[in-house]
Amino acid sequence: MEFSATVTFSALMQQVLVGLSRTTILFIVASGLSLVLGVLRIPNVAHGSLYMTGAFVTYTVATLFGQSTLGFWLALIVAPLVVALLSFIAERGLFCHLYEREHMMLLLFTFAFSLVIGDLVKLVWGSDYRSLVAPVFLQGSFSISGFPFPRYNLFLLVIGPLVAAGLWFLTNKTKIGKIARAAAVDREMVGAIGINVSWVFAAVFVIGCYLAGLGGALVAPTQNITQGMDHAIIIEAFLIVIIGGLGNIWGALLGALIFGLTDSIGILLWPQFAIVFPYVAVVTVLLFRPQGLLKSTW
Amino acid sequence: MLRVENIHTYYQLSHILFGVSLEVGQGEIVCLLGRNGAGKSTTMKSIMGLTPPKQGTIEFKGKVCTGHKPYLMARMGIGFVPDDRRVFADLTVGENLEISERNVHEGGWNKDRVYNFFPALRSIDARRAGFLSGGEQQMLTIARALMTNPDFILLDEPTEGLAPLIVNMLEEQIARLKESGLTVLLAEQNLEVALRLSDRGYVIDNGAIQYHGTRDDLSSNEAVRNKYLCV
Ligand SMILES: Nc1ncnc2c1ncn2[C@@H]1O[C@H](COP(=O)(O)OP(=O)(O)O)[C@@H](O)[C@H]1O
Ligand SMILES: [Mg+2]
Repeated sequence: MEFSATVTFSALMQQVLVGLSRTTILFIVASGLSLVLGVLRIPNVAHGSLYMTGAFVTYTVATLFGQSTLGFWLALIVAPLVVALLSFIAERGLFCHLYEREHMMLLLFTFAFSLVIGDLVKLVWGSDYRSLVAPVFLQGSFSISGFPFPRYNLFLLVIGPLVAAGLWFLTNKTKIGKIARAAAVDREMVGAIGINVSWVFAAVFVIGCYLAGLGGALVAPTQNITQGMDHAIIIEAFLIVIIGGLGNIWGALLGALIFGLTDSIGILLWPQFAIVFPYVAVVTVLLFRPQGLLKSTW
Repeated sequence: MLRVENIHTYYQLSHILFGVSLEVGQGEIVCLLGRNGAGKSTTMKSIMGLTPPKQGTIEFKGKVCTGHKPYLMARMGIGFVPDDRRVFADLTVGENLEISERNVHEGGWNKDRVYNFFPALRSIDARRAGFLSGGEQQMLTIARALMTNPDFILLDEPTEGLAPLIVNMLEEQIARLKESGLTVLLAEQNLEVALRLSDRGYVIDNGAIQYHGTRDDLSSNEAVRNKYLCV
């Protein structure tokens, strides 16, 4: 057992920054999952598959443009939209007929949906992994008190708060956001004031899945794009949503912070066992607050 | 304006309404009287489409609309004030009203007019509806229904469990709604309140209409009162 006793302050800071950029991805994906869970009451197992699709589409679009800067920006815009379109079709074709079913059924349907998407991805991209380089201006790193910090991570640190602000605006300042918050608690009464809840659900589902696609697009230049990245993220995203409080977007932010930071600091403290740190954190949270950190909408 | 004919409503397997029929004409306040569990709320919810009847017809403004979704009934001009109020607890008072706004037109209801109608709501515009008192919640549910600019309103026990002062205020405001041309179906357990407000009344018990008469019939008929209402 090798417990690194010489953790310097700057190494710690570096890992905190890395953890925060991981938090960005986790938050974007988990907030989408939480939104759908909170408003539609659908535990969307296929959320991770949409994230994977987002990453593969990002690869393809960026590669069409020779992985240039322009290609990267285009991919960042197009890939989440492709995922949103896919989810729109699934929602109108399948899920909108199922809202009254019990959760177990919904879980099974979204599981089936995840298998279908998984196979589609395999069909289109094969089972090889892909990799994508970040655009030139986001390549390399700069140093923070002697430690290299990747530029792309800094980019993620800018995007994270922007998405959080966008979600805050959407849920608190727009009519659809207010209606969605009302529908999360009492969908029947929302219908009784003349609102067609079905379309509200469609919009929320598409926005939630858009976030999965955006997460996949943003993560694409940081890791290999492979089959199986859907499984890894969906487990993390569900844990984050559970410790944050079901349906609470700010809970998802808190959960993502806990998950991202314990992961990256764990690597510093005990590299061989780093993987257990976030899970220990999850268990600890659930021991003390089984209902999640923030107020659940359930 | 509203004609309910011979409706049978179920909650899953339990049969609750047994052939309820009633009519409400333009501009009337009609009350639906009955003790707790008689089927008043179920009748209201059946009209609104929340618990669609398995048999029978509901006709509103001359159109058959049995089994229509609640949002369509609301768009046809029915406002719904449920007995358990169901304000959107996570939203502020103002937001509750904003998302309910519908059929906006000159001289119709809007937030400002609603606040003039219930001045107490104006001062708590930014408060979360979940933190309101019972009386404030009741005003908000009525205000929310008004924001949809309805022609007809289903008022389910609006005065239940409220302090006498607030009951009086609500009664006055309901009377004013009638003066402004709104048609009302009012569910009540309280005979006094019902008689003060309504033109006619139906007495419901065990899911079936047991008696029907004008306000005077109702106030003079002691047999009916003793049998179906707790006095
Ligand atoms: N959601 C429900 N599920 C099953 N039974 C119900 C439900 N709501 C009401 N009931 C039953 O239906 C009957 C009529 O209830 P309700 O219409 O609420 O009466 P009222 O409004 O006159 O008090 C009661 O016997 C009640 O127990
Ligand atoms: Mg009732």
